Amino acid sequence: MSGRRIFTRPARIAAIAPYLWMALFFLVPFAFVVKISLSQTAIAQPPYLPVFDIGRGWQALKTAFATLSFDNFRLLVSDSLYLSSGLRSLTVAAGATAMLLLIGYPIAYAMARLPRRWQPVAMTLVIVPFWTSFLIRVYAWINILQHDGLLNKILLALHVVSTPVVWLSTDSAMYLGIVYSYLPFMILPLYATLAKIDPALLEAAADLGSSPLKSFWLVTVPLSLPGVGAGVLLCFIPIVGEFVIPDLLAGSDTLMIGQTLWLEFFTNRDWPVASATAVLLLLILLLPLLIYDRFQRRQMGRS
Amino acid sequence: MAEVNPTLTPDIDEVAGPLLRIETVTKRFGGFTAVDALSLDIKAGEFFALLGPSGCGKTTLLRMLAGFEAPDEGRILLGGEDIAPMLPHQRPVNMMFQNYALFPHLSVRDNIAFGIKRAGLPRREIMARVAEMLALVRLEGLEKRRPDELSGGQRQRVALARALARRPRVLLLDEPLAALDKKLRENTQRELLELQRRLGLTFIVVTHDQEEAMTLADRIGVMNAGKLEQVATPRHLYEQPASRWVAEFVGDINILEGNVDSRDDHRWTVSVANAGNVVVTAPREATDSATVCVGIRPEKIRLSRRGPADAGAMNRLNGIVASVGYLGGASVYTMSLDNGATLRASLANTARLDVDAYAVGERVVAWFAPDDCIVLGR
Repeated sequence: MSGRRIFTRPARIAAIAPYLWMALFFLVPFAFVVKISLSQTAIAQPPYLPVFDIGRGWQALKTAFATLSFDNFRLLVSDSLYLSSGLRSLTVAAGATAMLLLIGYPIAYAMARLPRRWQPVAMTLVIVPFWTSFLIRVYAWINILQHDGLLNKILLALHVVSTPVVWLSTDSAMYLGIVYSYLPFMILPLYATLAKIDPALLEAAADLGSSPLKSFWLVTVPLSLPGVGAGVLLCFIPIVGEFVIPDLLAGSDTLMIGQTLWLEFFTNRDWPVASATAVLLLLILLLPLLIYDRFQRRQMGRS
Repeated sequence: MAEVNPTLTPDIDEVAGPLLRIETVTKRFGGFTAVDALSLDIKAGEFFALLGPSGCGKTTLLRMLAGFEAPDEGRILLGGEDIAPMLPHQRPVNMMFQNYALFPHLSVRDNIAFGIKRAGLPRREIMARVAEMLALVRLEGLEKRRPDELSGGQRQRVALARALARRPRVLLLDEPLAALDKKLRENTQRELLELQRRLGLTFIVVTHDQEEAMTLADRIGVMNAGKLEQVATPRHLYEQPASRWVAEFVGDINILEGNVDSRDDHRWTVSVANAGNVVVTAPREATDSATVCVGIRPEKIRLSRRGPADAGAMNRLNGIVASVGYLGGASVYTMSLDNGATLRASLANTARLDVDAYAVGERVVAWFAPDDCIVLGR
């Protein structure tokens, strides 16, 4: 029995559309990036060599192709700057995602347990921050956290501290900014799975002798795992490549991979190394996606 | 029943008592009274059905027995002990849920083992009990499947095994067969009944399906608006309904309203304005009221073109056939009586060919015995 047969012809054409979109707007640009990552930097326009020019004939194209090399990737692996910023990105993303899960899960759980008519209201409250530009919201945090900012004023007024505390340009400020910005991406998929859980399942668990805490652990948590997976990916992947928040809120002594990429591209004008960084980043991020995909397939295979 | 101290309750009946005693239990949701000062005793080993229309409070009552709702007033005694303050997971009672509520992330084995594991039994014993339950509901070989890999009938059996695994003192079943199709439902009814007899357990089933209640239950409690209208065996319920409401809810019935003209020890004569005089057997609990309802079940009425040869003791009502409903095993003839009333008669289709069937518009005589009339208050 072939599952594909159920599609009619127009439906099959419609099914191709997203692949076409991906090919046009992801694969083709990515091929350019890969090509640039294999090139050498040059003071020219564009700032790399070689440049493929079909107009100069087959032979020229072949020589150009021969000059492509993996030198940039070798540099990425040998220079500790890239390695350490890459590692920092992964640890920051992992730490922030863990915090997001710890904060987001109880919020999503509480939302799912609200009376039905209040749930849309809670949902709106979670989404409302998106109505303001992301950049403006991060700048607002600078205002709150700076030396004479709102937070220090309040702490001084309440006599919690006697001198202003340095918040801005610290890792704490960066984590705060990341957790604040990404929280909705963690809450929404979690809420979606938690709200779908049949309340009768928890009654059944109680009926079969499990205490509320045990029921949560044995029924709610396993059934919310798809939401946990989606929320973790939705946060972890963009945080690894995050540039704006660490740049505005964190100190300048350590860099995340996104900042390194920015430096190479705009400050050093080294497009090939920047491209190589981007390619490597993508390969690393493919890993959690593949794991999630396997997990999903295993779940789907059951039904 | 060790909780009962014989010196305090010397009455033997009290000690032997019912397994489950529901004492003037009331449950309100806001201004709505779902269960209204309801009392009921259920004996050990009994198969009891709570029957009623939707919204009558039967599910609320069941949920109070399981512990999902707390009664506002009254007590629920299980073996003499008040279980009303106990939380669901502390009660020696298990429930089979309406849509089974099987854990979708657990295999058949783990679903069945769920309750036994909570009881903290050693692993070997858990496995042995699961195997026993699988054999009981004939699901051997399917223990590794997930609920979504099972058919509706198999899911029903997993739910049953899961609820029975903890050896509950009372098993509660919420519309246990509603999700099955008709053929499967009949087989499952038989299996359920056989299982209950074999295990000797007390079953309380909630259903809106009277056929199901009649097939399964030793006794049926008919509920309406939070109260029990009648508690009786299926036969008693059908043939001697306690009220007009029960008579009309359980099965089909013709109701004729009239005044009692004359009454002696055995026979009353009721004059019905739109049907004529009907002679009925005097009810056991005689009512003084002059106005009564006479109920006649459609299958108790016979039809003929001329009436019975010896009509002496029989009621005869004349009319014409208004419509015929063919149901396969029986046909329902709706008669319009000469005086204006409508009467339904159900006749078994004993012959394959309908040469002698009554046609619409044909004049017929309906006749029935005084013994087959139920006298009900208005």
